[in-house]
Amino acid sequence: MKILVAIKPVPNPDEKVKIKGDGSGIVLDNIKMVVNPFCEIAVEEALRIREKLTGEVVVVTVGPKEGEQQVRTALAMGADRAVLVEAGTDLDSLAVAKVLAKVVADEKADLVLMGKQAVDDDNNQVGQILAAVLGWPQATFASKIEFAADNRKANVTREVDGGLETIEVALPAVVTTDLRLNEPRYASLPGIMKAKKKELKVVPLASLGVDTAPRVKVLSYAAPKQRAGGGRVADVAELVSKLKSEAKVL
Amino acid sequence: MADILVVVEHQEGVFKKNTLSVVSAAKALAGLTGGEVDALVLGDSVAAVAGVAAGTGVRKVLLGEGAAFGKYLASTYAGAVAQVVKAGAYGAVFAPASTFGKDFMPRLSGLLDAPLASDIVGLEKVGDALRVKRPMYAGNAIGTVELVGGPLLFTVRQTAFDAAAMGGAKAPVEKVAVTAEAWGMAFVSRQETKSERPELTEARMIVSAGRGIKAQENFKLVEELADLLNAAIGASRAAVDAGWAPNDWQVGQTGKIVAPELYIALGISGAIQHLAGMKDSKVIVAINKDEEAPIFQVADYGLVADLFKAVPEMIAELKKLKSA
Repeated sequence: MKILVAIKPVPNPDEKVKIKGDGSGIVLDNIKMVVNPFCEIAVEEALRIREKLTGEVVVVTVGPKEGEQQVRTALAMGADRAVLVEAGTDLDSLAVAKVLAKVVADEKADLVLMGKQAVDDDNNQVGQILAAVLGWPQATFASKIEFAADNRKANVTREVDGGLETIEVALPAVVTTDLRLNEPRYASLPGIMKAKKKELKVVPLASLGVDTAPRVKVLSYAAPKQRAGGGRVADVAELVSKLKSEAKVL
Repeated sequence: MADILVVVEHQEGVFKKNTLSVVSAAKALAGLTGGEVDALVLGDSVAAVAGVAAGTGVRKVLLGEGAAFGKYLASTYAGAVAQVVKAGAYGAVFAPASTFGKDFMPRLSGLLDAPLASDIVGLEKVGDALRVKRPMYAGNAIGTVELVGGPLLFTVRQTAFDAAAMGGAKAPVEKVAVTAEAWGMAFVSRQETKSERPELTEARMIVSAGRGIKAQENFKLVEELADLLNAAIGASRAAVDAGWAPNDWQVGQTGKIVAPELYIALGISGAIQHLAGMKDSKVIVAINKDEEAPIFQVADYGLVADLFKAVPEMIAELKKLKSA
C-alpha cells in the first residue's frame, strides 16, 4: 500500500504564543517549530500500516523551505522518502489541498493520512477539501482504522459528538487522525542518522501550476479578552457562600 | 447580498440546539449585508426536525428527504448542500462548528471552490468589507479574517452567539429535490455515550476533572457533585488519555469548546490546550493542590486544597444550602 502523509510544521503547542505589537503576526523568533501533533499520529499510523501490509510511506509538506527539519523528523520516525513543495509563505486550506491533490495524483497513492487539524490555525479543513478535490471518500477524526481482507476498503471509527461512529470507505481515501488513534514513536538515533540520507525532493510551487491566490486571508491578530482571574478563597465554606451571594450562580 | 443558508444539525430525528446559535450568526450577517436566512434540513423522515427549524425565525425551511440521507455522510451532505446553494444562488452557508459541521463544510468548500472560515466568533463590517473573527493558536490569538470569492462558508462557535429565540410565526416548509452521491462512503454503526446528564456544550454548569482525580472510580465523586448542581461532566485530556473518562467528555482545543455559567475544574492544571476550551465560561472555580497551577490565573475563585477533601465538603455545603 502506498501511503501519503501530509505534515505541517507548527510552533510548539506547549508554549504560549505572543502577538506582534502591530498585530501583523505571531512572534516566532524563540519558539521551537515541531511536527503538528496530529500529523505525528498520522505518520505513526502510516508506519504501522506499512509494517503490517508492506508498501511505502511518503511524507509531504507544503510551505517554506525551513519545514525540511520537521520533514526529517518524520523520516527519522521511519517514513521512506519525502516531498517538500516549497512555497514562500503559509498558504490557505484551499491552496494547500489543491497542491496536495497534485502530489497525490503524481504519486498514485492508495491512502492519504493527515492530522485532523493544525494546532496553529486550528482550521480542521485540508483533509476534507482534498477529498472533495480528488473525488475520494473521507474519514475524519479517526480513532481506529481496519482494512478489509482485500485492502480495498477500510472501516474507520470516528470520534464524533455524542460518541463514536464507524464508516466504511473505499480506497483510495483521505483519513484524518484524532488523538486517540495511536501513540507516536520517538525517532531513534539510528533513525535520525538514516533520515539524513533519505530522499527529500524539493518541488517549487510554481512548477505545479496550481492557483494558490489566498481565499481566506488573516488580516491581523489580536489578543483575546483577558480574564481578571486570580481570585482566591480560604475554604469550601467561603467558596460556596461566594458562589451564592457574589457570583450568584447557585 | 444574496440569501443565506443554515444547515440544520439533528440526531435520530431530534433537532440539535446548536443550530440556534448558527441561525443567530446567519442573521448577524444578514443584518450587515442584507439577504434572507433560510434553513436546510436533510434526512429521512425528518418532517419533525423541519417543524422545529420553522420556529427559529428563518424565512423558510427547505426539506430534502430521502433514504440516502437517513444516516449522515460527509459526501452525501456536502453534495446535497452544494445543489441547494447553486439552485437558490445562496451567497453564504452556515453550519455549527460541531463534528458534524467540521466534517462536511470543508468538503463543501472543496466542491464549490469556496472560502471557509472555521469556528467563527464574530462578524463585522469595515467600510464595505466583511470581516470575520476566529480563534487561532488554541484561542491565544483572535484572527481577523477576510474571505475572497464566494459563496462564503462559515462554521460557527456555538458559545459565541446567543441562541435564536424559538416560537413566533412558523416559517413555511418547502420540499427540495436533492440527489445523493456517496463517493465510496457507507455508514456502518454508531455507538452513543449514554448519559442522563445535560449535554456538555449546552449545560449551565460543568464539573470537570483532570489528572488530579487519579482513577476512574474517583469520578463517582465528580458525578455526585454534578448531580447536586444538575451539571454536565467534563474532563481534561490527561483524564481522557488515562482512560478514566470517555473521549467525548474532553474539554479543550481538540475536544469541546464550552462556556457555561459555572465551570468547576477539579485537579486540572490548566494547560494551554484545556484553557482554549473553557476560558469563556462566566465563572470559573479551580480546586487544586498545586498553588502554582496555571488554572488559578483564570479562576474567579481558586481554592488550594486536596480535591478529595474539598469536594465532599462542597457536597455537604450544597446539601445544606438545598435543604435551607
